[in-house]
Amino acid sequence: MTTLDTAPASPSAAPVVTRTTHRGIPLSRIITTEVRKMFDTRSGFWLMASIGILALLATSAVILFAPDDEMTYSSFVTAIGIPMTVVLPIIAILSVTGEWSQRSGLTTFTLVPDRGRVIAAKAVSCVGVAVVSVPLAFGTGALGNVVGTAIARVDPVWDLTVTNLLTIVLANVLGLLVGFMLGVVIRRSAGALVAYFVYSFLLPTLSLLLATSQDWFRDLQPWVDFSYAQSALFEGALTAQQWAHLGVTGTIWLAIPLTVGLGFVMRAEVK
Amino acid sequence: MITVESVTRAYGDFTAVDDVSFTAHVGRVTGFLGPNGAGKSTTLRIIVGLTRATSGTATVSGRRYVDLPNPGLEVGVCLDASAQHAGRTGREILTIAQRFMGLSHRRVEEMLELVSLTPEEASRRVRDYSLGMRQRLGIAAALIGEPEVLILDEPANGLDPAGIRWMRGLLRDYADRGGTVLLSSHLLHEIEVIADDLVVIGNGRIVAQGAKNHLLQAAGSIVRTTYREVIATALSDAGVTSSPVGEDGLLAQAEADHVGKIAFAAGVPVIELRPADGAGLEEMFLGLTAETQRGTTSENQPVGAVA
Repeated sequence: MTTLDTAPASPSAAPVVTRTTHRGIPLSRIITTEVRKMFDTRSGFWLMASIGILALLATSAVILFAPDDEMTYSSFVTAIGIPMTVVLPIIAILSVTGEWSQRSGLTTFTLVPDRGRVIAAKAVSCVGVAVVSVPLAFGTGALGNVVGTAIARVDPVWDLTVTNLLTIVLANVLGLLVGFMLGVVIRRSAGALVAYFVYSFLLPTLSLLLATSQDWFRDLQPWVDFSYAQSALFEGALTAQQWAHLGVTGTIWLAIPLTVGLGFVMRAEVK
Repeated sequence: MITVESVTRAYGDFTAVDDVSFTAHVGRVTGFLGPNGAGKSTTLRIIVGLTRATSGTATVSGRRYVDLPNPGLEVGVCLDASAQHAGRTGREILTIAQRFMGLSHRRVEEMLELVSLTPEEASRRVRDYSLGMRQRLGIAAALIGEPEVLILDEPANGLDPAGIRWMRGLLRDYADRGGTVLLSSHLLHEIEVIADDLVVIGNGRIVAQGAKNHLLQAAGSIVRTTYREVIATALSDAGVTSSPVGEDGLLAQAEADHVGKIAFAAGVPVIELRPADGAGLEEMFLGLTAETQRGTTSENQPVGAVA
């Protein structure tokens, strides 16, 4: 191979650049910037707005279609909760996969080379969205309950305790983290969305079929079916065993894959 | 200053970057030149920590990029102007950079003005931007933190001639004020008007590097004559290798002064005699990269004879 090596001419008289030590980027700033990034595209904005819109639609539907005796606070919260359990994980998925699918990660991970901090900031922002939007949904449901029962001229029924509300928040946060995990593991928007629907709709159905047809699986199901374990969160206070189910299945289906996915994210090339 | 030392990146059996070492000096524009797939982008990604080197080290201002506390304030990077969320507006993309770096919001409008994006254009979504507008936005994002070092991958892509002239002025001024610029290109003409130093890469290996002026001199001179064969023989007798260029030209591996004397001694009239300049560098570029692409290992083969 021919190598031509000529010494570069001495650099021109450049002003001595003073070395200033810059302070690091605080995590709080990464978090607020990541929150902004969840809203600042048209798709992101409408995804967020859809939570509110779907909550209003669900509330109206209960008022219009629910029989008077079923017009209770829990009906409203359940109706609002169903679209929300779908939308929140999608928000989490897209907040992660956008960096790869839209290739904005090239900028993000250049400005913040510590990828662990970026991913942590995204996790905090996503959970923050759930923690803010789920209580808003409760508020919408309460409003619906007051208005609906007034229209129907029946007494409002408040059949959810604070514990109920808290476990529902936890269920939504877990659902959102599942989306987050799939985003981290797959890192492609389309793939992660498909995986999410397989994970949260197909797997529970298969598990249910297996449990009804196979005796050996029936006792095992609570220990391996994350969706089954989570469903307890919508039904009131959990027993110690139900918490254990949640812990074990959460480790298998959420914590372990998330850890593996994070390992990939830390090492993978960003192109 | 950017220092790359013996950086190698292998993907299985394929070595994308093979023992690459070079330095981009303060106050100078260093052009990183090579054909597509030569390893330029991989090398740049390694410098900024997006790709891990299999071996070797790269430092910016004496530190590894990933160890910089707030890299945007020290190194301006634009590796791919199109790698942005298509649904964000130009202004929003700069705002995100400004927020990450913790700068005043005023910087966003200043940068938009610097790269001549109008307020109306800045409010458009990036999916509706031309490549040239994306490049301007990318340069704005790279400069927003007032860094001392700039790393730009193919920044002239998609710019019109006026845009290239604008960027040349901007980078020249930036380097003259004490900045370090490393920019890559696969087009020689684009880079030779901007760069002070050149690093030429082919098939993952550095094939030439040094000050542009030195490389130009090393590239010989062009002589045009209607008696090409006679001069070629005379040059050859004098120990100067040459190769035909165009209709009636020869690229001789010697300075114009020396070639003139040989032609005079041989009694051959010439039409034109001049340093090869760009033409010579292009021959060198094509020759060197073609050589590595063919994978031949001919040692010390004169550059001109290869092409």
